[in-house]
Amino acid sequence: MSSKIELPPTYKDIEDLIRVDRLPTIWCPGCGIGIVLKTLLRAIKKSDIDVDRHVIVSGIGCAGRVSGYVRLDSYHVLHGRAIPFAIGIKLAKPELEVTVVSGDGDIVGIGGNHFIHAARRNHDINVVIVNNMIYGMTGGQVAPTTPRGARTTTTPYGNIERSISIPLLAIAAGATYVARWSVLHVDHMMNSFIKMFRHKGFAVVEILSPCTLFASRNGIELLQLYEILRRKCKIVSNPDPWESHIDIFGDKPIILGEFIEIERPSYEELVWSSIRG
Amino acid sequence: MEREKLLKPGTYFMTGNTAVAEAALIAGCRFFAGYPITPSSDLMEHMARRLPQVGGIFIQGEDEVAAINMVLGASAAGLKAMTATSGPGLSLMEEALGLGFMLELPAVVVDVQRVGPATGIPTLGAQGDVMQAIWGSHGDREVVVYAPSNVQEAFDLTIDAFNTAEELRLPVIILLDELIGHGYGRLRVPNLDEIRIVDRKKADIVEGYMPFKTHVLVPPFAEPGKGFRLHMTGLVHDERGYPVIDRDATERLLTRLLLKVRANRDRLVSYEVYPCDGIDKAEVMIVAYGSIANIVKCALKRLKAHGIKAILFRPKVLWPMPDVELCKSVESYGVENVLVVEMNYGQYLYLVRAALLHCPTPYRFVSITPGFYPSPKELSERILRVLS
Ligand SMILES: Cc1ncc(C[n+]2csc(CCOP(=O)(O)OP(=O)(O)O)c2C)c(N)n1
Repeated sequence: MSSKIELPPTYKDIEDLIRVDRLPTIWCPGCGIGIVLKTLLRAIKKSDIDVDRHVIVSGIGCAGRVSGYVRLDSYHVLHGRAIPFAIGIKLAKPELEVTVVSGDGDIVGIGGNHFIHAARRNHDINVVIVNNMIYGMTGGQVAPTTPRGARTTTTPYGNIERSISIPLLAIAAGATYVARWSVLHVDHMMNSFIKMFRHKGFAVVEILSPCTLFASRNGIELLQLYEILRRKCKIVSNPDPWESHIDIFGDKPIILGEFIEIERPSYEELVWSSIRG
Repeated sequence: MEREKLLKPGTYFMTGNTAVAEAALIAGCRFFAGYPITPSSDLMEHMARRLPQVGGIFIQGEDEVAAINMVLGASAAGLKAMTATSGPGLSLMEEALGLGFMLELPAVVVDVQRVGPATGIPTLGAQGDVMQAIWGSHGDREVVVYAPSNVQEAFDLTIDAFNTAEELRLPVIILLDELIGHGYGRLRVPNLDEIRIVDRKKADIVEGYMPFKTHVLVPPFAEPGKGFRLHMTGLVHDERGYPVIDRDATERLLTRLLLKVRANRDRLVSYEVYPCDGIDKAEVMIVAYGSIANIVKCALKRLKAHGIKAILFRPKVLWPMPDVELCKSVESYGVENVLVVEMNYGQYLYLVRAALLHCPTPYRFVSITPGFYPSPKELSERILRVLS
């Protein structure tokens, strides 16, 4: 066992929701995932839902490790399969507030089919996608979210593929709440997390998060990547999802905001009302 | 109220797939996720109609991977859950079967076998999934594999399958094949009170609860939403459910998980020797299971007419294997030849071979072309040829 770690005073408000005995985290210094974790926990505290009713499900990857650090009922399942596992929980116990937290590769790469159909059926779960534009855990290979031209270990000459836009995909598939922020936009992120808890239906919150591997593969410092995000991110009200493609090295702004927020009966609502008659 | 909607005691004429579905409901299954595939789709369709009537949840997933992971999620939330598929679907589910084993989640997976590999012949039965049922996941995961050979057994073994899954907290597999799944047969349903139903042992004390701590192989189960704040991971973990990279912890976890099946082997093993009476010596012992065993039973009479005294050794549970029992039967009946008959090119054969390792009795193999059930006459002729 490693020696006991104490959280800095600024974490006091969420200490009871962190498995302090599991620290330090596996994340690299400067990684953005920790910001997502603490913002999520603060949002859980602020949500009007009893903490014990919150459930976190993660797939595999750096972002997937979030489920292991929360002192909540939490499940760390297979690569790409957090969404169907979460759906199983939610269908069985609709009173639970089920949130998936995982990486971009996990959710829209290997798990892409589940993402599409969960959105289409409007399952009443929340999906937080930490988008670092790369496969972090496995050492920095190309992801479906890697921008064209970016270098990764499997695109040593630059990525020739077009990247996927998560908001566009989510909306096309039928998600009823979709927002995108970056780890530099903590207040907005928090707001969206609280909204997704309240939202009845499939809620997707994408968080852009700089990855040290992405930076080094592309010959820049991690801090420069933060700087790019700070410079290029543009908050738009009612943003056009068609404008949501991320061009990290070009001069097009990166559009942030709430892309959609609509009401549609959730799958769970429909299924349970048909059973109860 | 729900109870009234279950199959009433009485005698029925139904298919194996329907019998499995109805048994599942009686066993307490309240969640089904599936994906259409011949020859198991009608089982799913039956559940789609029946589950809402008993207050259960049905969902058709976007693929088999979704289906099995939904089943595991529902099981993690405390419901008895099941899926049904055929060989191609089972292949897709294998990774999740390992997860279910690791997270200790009860689940029942029905595989109504068809001809493989690949798409094979979807409409014709076979027995080609034995190996993937027993060993299909990566790593050492152990499951219990049931192989009913008629409608009544499909019903009875489904109840057993749920009970085993709940008691040992692991996924189990029921191997049917097209002939049993779609074939009609007689089913007697006893009074519900006469059916033993097992529910997983639940944790009741939140304070100090560790999801993987146990002195009796199977830890008590905790549902989410009750304040346990439990963590489960498919990574090798300690008793708290925390991932560890440690030799002792790895050894402790993996051996405990495997021991659930291995230490309970004597209780789980199930087989039939046929005919059960009137015979104390047999020259030939045929090892067969599932639908093929039925054809063997008919063929035995023809063999007798040819002066060959043969018996059938039929495992109802393929894994854990009745290996000791098989050897004992070989000895006690004075068997001179063991003959394995399967509708594949030699799968259970390997296990029989291993079982007979220390037994001098020779063994032979009759492979039946997947999909093409022989008549008892054809089968007995083939057996005679192999024996001569
Ligand atoms: C079936 C399967 N394939 C591959 C892997 C290896 N693997 C682990 S994490 C990962 C990628 C994770 O990338 P992402 O989801 O973007 O998360 P990140 O690590 O970047 O946070 C892969 C490919 C696996 N665990 N399981």
